Amino acid sequence: MLGRSANGIFWLFRYLERAENTARLVEAGFRMALTRDAADASEEWRSVIVTLGLQGAYQAKFGNDYAASNVFNFILRDRDNPGNVLLMVEQARHNARMVRTGITREVWEAVNESWMVLKQELARTVTETRLGGLLDLIRRQSTLVRGAMEGTMLRNDIYYFARAGSFIERADNTARLLDVKYYVLLPSVSYVGSSLDNVQWDNVLRAVAGDRAYRWLNAGRMEARGIAEFLMLDGRFPRSLAFCYAQLRNYLDRLADEYGDRLDTHDIVARTYDWLKSETIESVFETGLHQVIGQFIAANNTLAQQIQRDYRFTE
Amino acid sequence: MTNSSLSSYDEMLGADGATRPAYSGYFEWLKDQPPELLRRKSSEAEAFFRKTGITFNVYGNEDAEERLIPFDMVPRIINAAQWRRLSRGIEQRVRALNAFLHDLYHRQEIVRSGRLPERVLKRNSAFLPQMAGFTPPGGVYTHIVGIDLVRTGEDDFMVLEDNARTPSGVSYMLENRETMMAMFPELFTKVRVREVSDYPRRLARSLAACAPPAASGHKPVVAVLTPGTFNSAYYEHAFLADQMGAELVEGSDLKVENGRVAMRTTRGWQAIDVLYRRVDDDYLDPLTFKPDSVLGVSGIMDVYRSGGITIANAPGTGIADDKAIYSFMPEIVEFYTGEKPILANVPTWRCSEADSLAYVLDNLEDLVVKEVHGSGGYGMLIGPTSSRREIAMFADKLRANPDNYIAQPTLSLSTVPIFTKAGLAPRHVDLRPFVLVSPQGIDITPGGLTRVALKKGSLVVNSSQGGGTKDSWVLDD
Repeated sequence: MLGRSANGIFWLFRYLERAENTARLVEAGFRMALTRDAADASEEWRSVIVTLGLQGAYQAKFGNDYAASNVFNFILRDRDNPGNVLLMVEQARHNARMVRTGITREVWEAVNESWMVLKQELARTVTETRLGGLLDLIRRQSTLVRGAMEGTMLRNDIYYFARAGSFIERADNTARLLDVKYYVLLPSVSYVGSSLDNVQWDNVLRAVAGDRAYRWLNAGRMEARGIAEFLMLDGRFPRSLAFCYAQLRNYLDRLADEYGDRLDTHDIVARTYDWLKSETIESVFETGLHQVIGQFIAANNTLAQQIQRDYRFTE
Repeated sequence: MTNSSLSSYDEMLGADGATRPAYSGYFEWLKDQPPELLRRKSSEAEAFFRKTGITFNVYGNEDAEERLIPFDMVPRIINAAQWRRLSRGIEQRVRALNAFLHDLYHRQEIVRSGRLPERVLKRNSAFLPQMAGFTPPGGVYTHIVGIDLVRTGEDDFMVLEDNARTPSGVSYMLENRETMMAMFPELFTKVRVREVSDYPRRLARSLAACAPPAASGHKPVVAVLTPGTFNSAYYEHAFLADQMGAELVEGSDLKVENGRVAMRTTRGWQAIDVLYRRVDDDYLDPLTFKPDSVLGVSGIMDVYRSGGITIANAPGTGIADDKAIYSFMPEIVEFYTGEKPILANVPTWRCSEADSLAYVLDNLEDLVVKEVHGSGGYGMLIGPTSSRREIAMFADKLRANPDNYIAQPTLSLSTVPIFTKAGLAPRHVDLRPFVLVSPQGIDITPGGLTRVALKKGSLVVNSSQGGGTKDSWVLDD
């Protein structure tokens, strides 16, 4: 396959994954804001903006005013936000058109339909009444694309690059959420077991759709350390760092098998995979949660760049 | 021209209002369809096209980067006997076009014999001196040709234009059929229509049969070269590459290496044997043509001339579909085949000739005047529908540069009904059959692209000017 196509498909799935995760994050922020007083709500929205790396662009437009409607409209559809969800979906569709020969008709149609539906829905300002349905729609469209891919794509290099894009992005998104919210998960003296803690923890879990799974695994007991462990090291949870790396290693290995060639990419993915495997939540906290997450984000980024180099994504 | 429908030949209904034989099977089916059902199907078709992304980019219209070409549900039907005659005529014409191109780039016998004035070539930018003395692999110049036909009566088909560079529209031929079969499957059990769906396979086979000397010993690697996603026909480029199982490449994917043109794959550089390019000659090689082009490959012409790659269609084929050359096609066909042309040309005045220019200037209100090098319906005058002012302005342009124009009578093009909210209504059509040429022979897909002017009375069928398309049926015997 062409290097340019590999790049196109890799980013197609990064954009789709990012759009979906952004919707989850907004949903958690919205729910949190609903249950809090104005100052706390504003702080919650600010943290959503920070997690998405949009604070510069946002403040340039709104200063320190984190009114709910400004925030979610900015994230979803504001032209002053070069990373708004509509643009992500548009970019995803652009990439899908570019790699049209590499994806099945069903995958193309699912991507194209996502764009058509969201373009229409996001043509006008989003109100609080419409927000829930809209976020739901974004997630659903993403699921449709994933389903079409699972059900119709040949398992070859094209598929492996698609999956690599998805999991690099997902790992990055989960890590960024942890990076912004790490203080919520630190053992703290004053708030232990307080209802505020519970709400905060619940919110972090919701942002990665992990609330039900965590509760089920822990019989409803909430505890900071347990949540951090769950999101980072639990290989059963599909949005944890460990899960993402098990998947990344698997798909990149299959790519090496297909091409009969192991490259630097494979050493890097194995190194990060082994590192996550060797960590315990105790060792993470010993090193420092914030620091470990920072290391992870850097390592994940290195992997993405090495994939692009090894497989000649660009000239 | 608003009255032209009155006197036009309608392909479905005779003057007495009776259904013509070609349409009897379809009509039989149609009369049992409830009107609401047809209306619903019509809007379904549009949703289907949007979803599939069969779009078309319109130049000069920034807001609508992608637009649909409207699809009409009433098929255009040609019976087996008519098609046999058309096929013979098309084959003859395509054979002549290739012989003509070979001659132009070699001994130019046709000029020596006095049948074609030298000045037509001399001033023509479509003639590429770089091709002189070179014979493309397999001797094929026009691997893919689209012959635009118009009809004015039961047996009166005429060639309006030859498309010998990069004819587009074949994806619509295929998708229109898919759409019809998806919407009205039972119809195809009642009327026997010849298949078009194997076109991509035939194209792949035809291209592979033209592989260059450098490809000997392995299955030829075919790639489709597109200018990119912003090109108006990008959908078609992707569609054809997909259907042929070929890579869809852009200039930035390619470079010349070890005397071959290679594409950058995830596993390194891979040589291409046959390049089906959908990029114009001018942009093909910045070293040879436009130096600032990023759409092509530096050095590809050298590789081509040394037998390292086949370029389809061959560079320089544009000279054969130039409108100045068009008017000589009857002579060209006769010169190279020794036969009378089976398909007539539309009568054409060359404004470069003083007598013709005088006639054209006197009769502008009845004529269609076209730029010699124009295409897509841009820059033309349709006398009967133009205002006096428009005609006067055009006359000035014509006087200033007569060589740049040809003129044709306003033809009373045949009509086929389209489906409107008020029922069936006749609209003017043309037909573009697609022809593949390889050393193994000339292969014409039974059918083609029917373009239809959606506006009542309009004769302009170009999609860039608001035309639509129809599924085109050739009936089985």
